[in-house]
Amino acid sequence: MLLTLLLVLLLVLLAAGGYGTVAPARPQGSRYLYSVSLAVCTVLLLLALAHLLSGREPLHLSLPLGLPWLGLHLRLDALSAFFLVVVNLGGAVASLFGLGYGAHEREPERVLPFYPAFLAGMNLVLLADDAFAFLFAWEFMSISSWALVMAHHREPANLRAGYLYLVMACFGTLALLLAFGLLAGVDGGYGFAAMRASQTPPALAALVLVLALLGAGSKAGLVPLHVWLPLAHPAAPSHVSALMSGVMTKVAVYGFIRIVFDLLGGESAVWWWGGLVLAAGGVTAVLGVLYALMQHDLKRLLAYHTVENIGIIFIGLGLALAFQANLMYFNAALALTAALFHVLNHSLFKSLLFLGAGAVLTATGERDMERLGGLIHRMPHTALAFLIGSAAISALPPLNGFVSEWMTFQAILNSPELPQWLLKFLVPAVGALLALSAALAAACFVKAFGITFLGRPRSPAAADAGETDRFSLSAMFVLAGLCLLAGVLPGLVVDGLGPVVGLLNGGARLTDQYHQPWLTLVPVGPLKSSYNGLLVMLFMAVSGVAAALLIHRFASSAVRRGPAWDCGFPDASPATQYTAGSFAQPIRRVFGSLVFQARERVTMPPPGDLRPARLEVELHDPVWERAYAPIAAAVIAVSTRANVLQYLTIRRYLSLVFGALVVLLLGMALWR
Amino acid sequence: MALIDYLVQGGQMLLVLMLAPLLTGWVRWVKARLLRRRGPSPLQPYRDLVKLSRKEVVLADSASWLFRVAPYLIFAALWVAASLVPTFAGGLPFSWTADLIAIVALLGTARFFLALAGLDVGTSFGGIGSSREMMIASLAEPAMLMMVFTLSLLAGTTELSAVARFMLTADVGLRVSLALALLALVIVAIAENARIPVDNPATHLELTMVHEAMVLEYSGRHLALIELSSSLKLVLYLSLVACIFAPWGMASAGAGSAAYGYAAVIYVAKLALGGVLLALFESSIAKMRVFRVDQFLGAALMLGLLGALLLFVSRSL
Repeated sequence: MLLTLLLVLLLVLLAAGGYGTVAPARPQGSRYLYSVSLAVCTVLLLLALAHLLSGREPLHLSLPLGLPWLGLHLRLDALSAFFLVVVNLGGAVASLFGLGYGAHEREPERVLPFYPAFLAGMNLVLLADDAFAFLFAWEFMSISSWALVMAHHREPANLRAGYLYLVMACFGTLALLLAFGLLAGVDGGYGFAAMRASQTPPALAALVLVLALLGAGSKAGLVPLHVWLPLAHPAAPSHVSALMSGVMTKVAVYGFIRIVFDLLGGESAVWWWGGLVLAAGGVTAVLGVLYALMQHDLKRLLAYHTVENIGIIFIGLGLALAFQANLMYFNAALALTAALFHVLNHSLFKSLLFLGAGAVLTATGERDMERLGGLIHRMPHTALAFLIGSAAISALPPLNGFVSEWMTFQAILNSPELPQWLLKFLVPAVGALLALSAALAAACFVKAFGITFLGRPRSPAAADAGETDRFSLSAMFVLAGLCLLAGVLPGLVVDGLGPVVGLLNGGARLTDQYHQPWLTLVPVGPLKSSYNGLLVMLFMAVSGVAAALLIHRFASSAVRRGPAWDCGFPDASPATQYTAGSFAQPIRRVFGSLVFQARERVTMPPPGDLRPARLEVELHDPVWERAYAPIAAAVIAVSTRANVLQYLTIRRYLSLVFGALVVLLLGMALWR
Repeated sequence: MALIDYLVQGGQMLLVLMLAPLLTGWVRWVKARLLRRRGPSPLQPYRDLVKLSRKEVVLADSASWLFRVAPYLIFAALWVAASLVPTFAGGLPFSWTADLIAIVALLGTARFFLALAGLDVGTSFGGIGSSREMMIASLAEPAMLMMVFTLSLLAGTTELSAVARFMLTADVGLRVSLALALLALVIVAIAENARIPVDNPATHLELTMVHEAMVLEYSGRHLALIELSSSLKLVLYLSLVACIFAPWGMASAGAGSAAYGYAAVIYVAKLALGGVLLALFESSIAKMRVFRVDQFLGAALMLGLLGALLLFVSRSL
């Protein structure tokens, strides 16, 4: 019943997509469309939340659609319900933002038809219960989001981004297709129920894990499969960027969890699976944030930072796999809860930050941080929301990002009992990588917020910016409020995740948190570790406010405005401020020379020469230059060689066909 | 929980706040004596704070609301963090509010807003300070967390009171990992408190300063709060070292008022000793170049990682 209702809602979204083809011509057309998306996503969100919290049995639905011998199977269990909540929360907020943002879209006919279709595609992936439906929905999601990436197709950079996205999406789907093929076995049981029931041989199971890591990882942005992500996510309109970065990457994480934890089953896990996923996650986390620090384009910085957070999520998942392989289900529950909590958190703050970047983009027309600055004066509300998002993503207490990282650290601290030697070395190293990435993330967001919103405007566009509309603001503040709420009441989120973790972890889950005194988060035991975001926030609020009141009452509250002091030499030109590039320079020198082979060259003209002095920075992208460029070169070399085959005479083609036939028949005869 | 425990908790919060300027003054006085100067009285920071808080604030034209809110936020975060470190008594009513990881993260919150405040006015000095501070923190924070890993692997907990109790028991023994962790913590403490050789708290020579550059535009009551927060941070780190590596003489919950008083005296003595050691160290070493700092802190990170690795590996031996 519930599933039918969900399906009808998805059909409404598809119909809205159809309306999107005619909407741009009508007055208010885009308003209607975003309102429908908002309403549908809100209903989907509430239904999924109700199902998750009620803890009911999974629901099934089979329809005579799709492959004739298979049919269309849908299923709603705790895992899909949780991810439905994440997807539709993001979808609802992005639609709310779209209500205001839609008016600024130059080519709405390239956005409106695909936007609801994209939402419907992501929802359908989560509901699919057979390989055909899953892959169909997955491709539907990829292609509709590709169309959105290409919305502003006149910019050459976007064309490249779209092409790369298409190539990587095809690669990812190919990997998933092979994974499902192996899971289905020789009988071709393409229903998920059959895959769950059948036992995959260990060698094939390992292959499935690797394929799932490649397939889902390429969509989620695991290093080295991330190259398309920082190009494609920023190219789309900002609310779509929020969906792609905040939500679609989570659908990819869902795909990985569904295949590895559910279809393969944690029981069949081998310890090195966890090690592989852990290592991939750790490397992804640090490289992602280092890439992000080197960016000056606000939206691209955010996209690279998504790569970091995906790494953190995969660290949690890898730990869970390692624990499950060693039958340590309680620790696995902790690691899984941390990973899923971070899924929710990242969807909240990354959507918020992309919406903020979108508001800045509409207000100034600039994405380049070097031409922004001082926006806190002209866009105070956007600045506040962006600040909350930046603090949350930098894992600062009492906001939500800290809680999931704290739980990941606790899971790492529980892992010395793992018996395998490789894991004993790997886990603390990954812990160090996680700590490093958390600290670098704070630096990255001091840069993102500080250069964009603080200081003095670096361009006329930034100086004349105005506050964004109310719809966009309310969308951002809904997310900012949720970031705070999830940070101060983490116990409730952990309880909500309980059924999901139980489903994936053979029934083992964390103990209920809601009855802890003062709503403290005590994941392991009161003697091990505890954290109370609510009290931390209360203490901070009380001491800060008390200090302010006391000082203003008993000391002084006088303020005088004057020019900046700046050691006695205030310079009126905004060009003397620190820029994004100069802010990142110390970190570039410390980490960049190793990772990016960063080189700085200073050209100082001799005295009397009127040429300006120049500082040139040279950065190399190790992944692109080591992995992708050689592959691309090889493909071009082979296709150039094969090119002659296109210009043969009909005689030669016929002899080629004849030759191929002879070789095939000979082969058949020999093999028999 | 008895009422006295809540009183002691409140007393501990006030004690760190009251002691913070004294400790800063004490370190300055000892340093001056080591340089054969007379130096201002150790009580001078109190006078400075009172004087600063009475003056009006001169705010740069380009400063935003964030610049005015940041001192209170920084002060609040550091005070909460400092009062969650057990000083003279462990196991108090609110000791479970935040564990060691959360305390490290609270320090991060304070640093985040201080760095933003440095960028707010839009001057080059503010920017240089913020950018260098975040570079230092990007190595110091992971080093600190690796130290936390080592400790919690040994003690089986990240709660500071429980760690302190564990360190008093006999089964700690002499461990290489602990020595490495202590070294890492000391290096981090020096860096985070903007002490020589990483930064110089007394400098106003433009290109060498980090912390002072960030707060250059602050004046009046805002500057007073920032100064008080820096002093609180010094107390926090010294208390942390004392609580983890020298927890002797610490009272536990419900010990009675006499025991609490005795423990408080011991705590103050520990702080004084820590201050002397810090002043000795600072007077005997030269400041290093900014781009040597990463090697100094990288060493701390590697020491912390080594300590944790040793424990991970030695578990099964």
